[in-house]
Amino acid sequence: MSTAPPTARAGVLSRAILYAILAVFAIAYLMPLYVMLTTSFKTLDEIHQGNMLALPDNWTIQPWLEAWGSACIGLECNGVHGYFFNSIRIVVPAVLISGLLGAFNGYVLTKWRFRGHRIVFGLILFSCFIPFQIILLPMARVLGILNIANSVTGLVLVHIVYGIGFTTLFFRNYYETFPNELIRAAQLDGAGFFTIFFRILLPASTPIIVVTIIWQFTNVWNDFLFGVSFASGDSAPITVALNNLVNSSTGVKAYNVNMAAAMVAAVPTLIVYILAGKYFLRGLMSGSVKG
Amino acid sequence: MPNSPSPQGGGARARMQRWLPKLVLSPSFVLILFFVYGFILWTTYISFSNSGMLPDYSWAGLRQWSRLWNSWTWGIALHNIWIFGLLYIVSCIVLGLLLAILLDQRIRAEGALRTIYLYPMALSFIVTGTAWQWFLNPGLGLEKTMHELGWQSFSFNWLIDSGMAIYTIVIAAVWQATGFIMAMFLAGLRGIDGEMIKAAQIDGAPAWKIYLRIIIPQLRPVFLSAVVVLAHLAIKSFDLIVAMTGGGPGNSTAVPATFMYSYAFSRNEMGIAAASAVFMLAVIAALIIPYLYSELRESRS
Repeated sequence: MSTAPPTARAGVLSRAILYAILAVFAIAYLMPLYVMLTTSFKTLDEIHQGNMLALPDNWTIQPWLEAWGSACIGLECNGVHGYFFNSIRIVVPAVLISGLLGAFNGYVLTKWRFRGHRIVFGLILFSCFIPFQIILLPMARVLGILNIANSVTGLVLVHIVYGIGFTTLFFRNYYETFPNELIRAAQLDGAGFFTIFFRILLPASTPIIVVTIIWQFTNVWNDFLFGVSFASGDSAPITVALNNLVNSSTGVKAYNVNMAAAMVAAVPTLIVYILAGKYFLRGLMSGSVKG
Repeated sequence: MPNSPSPQGGGARARMQRWLPKLVLSPSFVLILFFVYGFILWTTYISFSNSGMLPDYSWAGLRQWSRLWNSWTWGIALHNIWIFGLLYIVSCIVLGLLLAILLDQRIRAEGALRTIYLYPMALSFIVTGTAWQWFLNPGLGLEKTMHELGWQSFSFNWLIDSGMAIYTIVIAAVWQATGFIMAMFLAGLRGIDGEMIKAAQIDGAPAWKIYLRIIIPQLRPVFLSAVVVLAHLAIKSFDLIVAMTGGGPGNSTAVPATFMYSYAFSRNEMGIAAASAVFMLAVIAALIIPYLYSELRESRS
């Protein structure tokens, strides 16, 4: 329900102004995406001669092919595709494992409470908010000692550890509202810790599983700080590769290729957002206000 | 503990059931203790040590801290984070609230508009930074476009102007986060009790007055959340600056996060980097801990 006072007496004019303002904002919001997309389909000649806002005269997918397969990043000229797959290899295990740990933690912290459960939750929760600069130096050393510096495995570990806070928060807030009576009834029937979790809670957790997966996917995919600190070279994720491509290229800047590469990095999270924006928003909100 | 199902009997199975929850929680807890709190302690110690390129555990007192505080770049970084943080928080809240109020007027395409305003939050800062860097490119971007459209005197070279570059980052950051703040305010608006509003309407109060006197004051918790979330995002901002200006021109868009990174990984000054990281943590902790404490306490009652 809208809390807005009824606008029955407000005229057609004020409605028109209202829609106009909203439309102007919508255009402003879409502009960078529009420019990025159109630029990625233009030839360099057209970029240098034409207007940034115009549609391409000659549509070309050459920049996309180049960004994907042959643009030079560092010394290698294989495009971003390898880094794109690195990101996938980082995201999938990191999301699944941190999500599973978060689900167990949320279950224990709401349904099997013990003395000090609130402090444990507080300590886990605070880890969501630390500036990660505080852990960069020791993490670099630990990854070196474990022999997984500059590797996809190392980044998976980092993302699991620093993802636990949010996944625990999501599942804890969700299970908090789950009726305890159901659990007690199952216990009387002799169901144990895991049976209750897998048979009763997990089947009822689809919404929060979706929220958690989307949140973690978006966060891990979009990460730059961990990637640039712990994985240079071949094991870098797509964000790091994109930044290297855009900001350290020598010679003529191929803006169209840069924009195509940026789109490659943007497409996965954009698709998830378009398909499941509702769940994405829910994750955002429970990350800020309590769920 | 009204919530804890009490284990029945005292057999081995029951004892196991009693320990199982803690056992299941413990891997996460151990990871967090080591990788978060252990690392915080380690970094804090390093900030009081002689560490340079390698860790050196000899005690140096406040040496690294005074080097940090005497660093010219750190001064710029602090100055920038103030400007950036303040403008970012205020702009996001003003625009977010405005958009939320406008969207709350029984707008027909509300869902579509909300989707459009919020999509930047789903994108990586590196992607949006790349887009904005191109959009604001003095040679080929907005400036050239305006010239082509006939506005010859239009000039916008903030991105390469060391005095103005930080403001381009504010623009991009506000663009990225406003939709999120709007969504928070919109949720707040939808949760307001309609009774007082109806009463004010019967008294014939104009709409703007109702907003100013009744609705906005009731949004106070949302303002608080928004400030905390935005301040925390501002202090952590790193990616967007790297992608848009790389901290330049010169050092003009350095912020604590980029300062820390460059001292840690390019200049090999571990001690100073650690001190700057501890400073960032202290600021965020001062902001977040009271907030989390009050949030958790509320949810208890």
